[in-house]
Amino acid sequence: MTYVLDNLTVKQGGEVHLDGLSLTLPSSGVVTVIGRTQAGKTTLLKVLAGLIAPSSGSLTSGGENLLKIPAWRRRVGMVYQQFVNYPHLTVRDNITFPLKRRGMTKAAMEEKLTYVTELLGLAAFLDRRPAELSGGQQQRVALARSLVKDTEVLLLDEPLVNLDYKLREQLRDEFRRIFHASDNRLVVYATTEPLEAMIMQGQVVVLHEGRVVQAGDYREVYSRPANTMAATIFNDPPMNLFDARIGNGQVQFGPDTALALPAHFAALPSGDYIVGIRASEATLGDEVPARVALAEINGSTTVLHLDLPFGSLVLERDGVDPHAIGEQVRINLPTERFFAFDTKTRNLAAAPAGD
Amino acid sequence: MARVYPILKVTVIVLWSAFVIAPFLWALTTSFKTANGVTGGPTYIPFVDYEPSAAAWQGLFGGGGGSIDIAGPFASSMVVTLSASIVSLVLGTLAAYGLSRFSYKAGPIGNGDLTFFFVSQRIMPPVVLAIPFFLMLGWLGLLDTIAGLVIVYVALLLPIAVWVMVDFFNTIPRELDETAMIDGCTPFETFWRVILPNSVPGLVVAGIFCIIFGWNDFFFAFTLTFTQTQLLPVAIVSLNSSVTPWWSLSASALISVAPLIVIAFFVERYLDKGSIGGRK
Repeated sequence: MTYVLDNLTVKQGGEVHLDGLSLTLPSSGVVTVIGRTQAGKTTLLKVLAGLIAPSSGSLTSGGENLLKIPAWRRRVGMVYQQFVNYPHLTVRDNITFPLKRRGMTKAAMEEKLTYVTELLGLAAFLDRRPAELSGGQQQRVALARSLVKDTEVLLLDEPLVNLDYKLREQLRDEFRRIFHASDNRLVVYATTEPLEAMIMQGQVVVLHEGRVVQAGDYREVYSRPANTMAATIFNDPPMNLFDARIGNGQVQFGPDTALALPAHFAALPSGDYIVGIRASEATLGDEVPARVALAEINGSTTVLHLDLPFGSLVLERDGVDPHAIGEQVRINLPTERFFAFDTKTRNLAAAPAGD
Repeated sequence: MARVYPILKVTVIVLWSAFVIAPFLWALTTSFKTANGVTGGPTYIPFVDYEPSAAAWQGLFGGGGGSIDIAGPFASSMVVTLSASIVSLVLGTLAAYGLSRFSYKAGPIGNGDLTFFFVSQRIMPPVVLAIPFFLMLGWLGLLDTIAGLVIVYVALLLPIAVWVMVDFFNTIPRELDETAMIDGCTPFETFWRVILPNSVPGLVVAGIFCIIFGWNDFFFAFTLTFTQTQLLPVAIVSLNSSVTPWWSLSASALISVAPLIVIAFFVERYLDKGSIGGRK
């Protein structure tokens, strides 16, 4: 049974959190909701959980109006960005809390507890209080409490954002394994990071200012972002965008830079466009002069913020490659990797083939 | 500097302790003196400086030809303070949870105004309330009764309980309530099973405030009672006569402060329990 969200609007104290959002969610699988902070991700999840009543719009499943069902009868699981557990209960009682509320028998509860604690490696901590655990362990307890209920919907609101890098990587892989293990559960995973959406696989919903910018398979959203907003949000670093003129067999940036027109732009009518290129696809080379404005080394990649004659560009390359600020370099912009967006509507006009 | 600091710290602690403890010692020695012992210049060490006498203490409990028994007022104060504190704590906690978690609107009046309404009861000088309370208790036939005093004290203590508990509940992340509801708790179960068990530090603070204010009130205990009911602060003041009986006053002051000291020792460990919410 799919979940149909129609024209949902949530306003609180003059602020619009969801602005006429319409979306259909499948009954199972993983859906990643990606957007910047304040995009409405948390609000969307809370509407699905029954914690926020929208000012207008509807949420139905198989014709049933879900908005009428209060949170405590909606049967969803939710994991927050903060590690929310019951401080006064042991890990064991935290995990079995929802089962007790449902009046499950002791034996059945014990079986579920064993399953989920083994799945998440919590067996050693059952008699501790949440405050005695590390952040990663606390978040695992919260996830265990959500999983143990066997709900049809599991909501995760940036569950990894408060964890350190190493733990995040490890939990991300565990999450994917667990989420894809069940085929009758819908997992809605909110994040700001495109990488997490790619790792989770499945569907992607790009959210911006309370509206859906694009929804589709993660590969589709990656290779054919519907507009500049989707391209910005679903690439990290955000996709570089430049005003450009297409015509006469050339892509013209500013007064001095012209590159040969790539094959996938051939069908575009001449005129002004916004041309985009991913940070990871621009390379150091010999075509365009650039000045290093900032150089960051992020673990195993180097990110250069460059001033070009016609704008600024972020370039990401593998390996540690120190550069001095102010250094003059030259770069190549591989035209076959160019995206073109309409200047007015900012919608995708042409995308590179075969991503 | 590193060496000066510990010395400075110990000095300050010692001075402050002396400042706090000295009056108690003074009251204690005075309570074991006779009239001559008190007026005959400063003396501190029993058996050496002066001959201790239990006359003041016996007098307070009706013995030694004394005219008063302080046990009755002590018990009355106990009953009034504890009953009023418990009622205020129960009602105040429920009200505070509502004010902290739900939105109320009556025209332009919202949660903030309601909270201020409660707190503003304590901004008002108590004397303003004396006549209304007197008349109301008169109509109810509750003047000079324990029950009447409990009602009045609830009115005085409820704002304190609401104020402390609203502040406390506001420090508990809302996500905890939301998680409880998602886990199948109705709003009342959320309060009862999740929020309340995590509110012990707040309840202790609110309870202590209620008990201290209730126990120490003199004004209403004095204006709303005559002969049948007497609370401890009034009884102590009534000891006073043309010759100030320092010995009995000292003994009664110690009796009156004793329960608060006992409570302070008992609940101290709850007062510094860290914040709630599972964050490190």
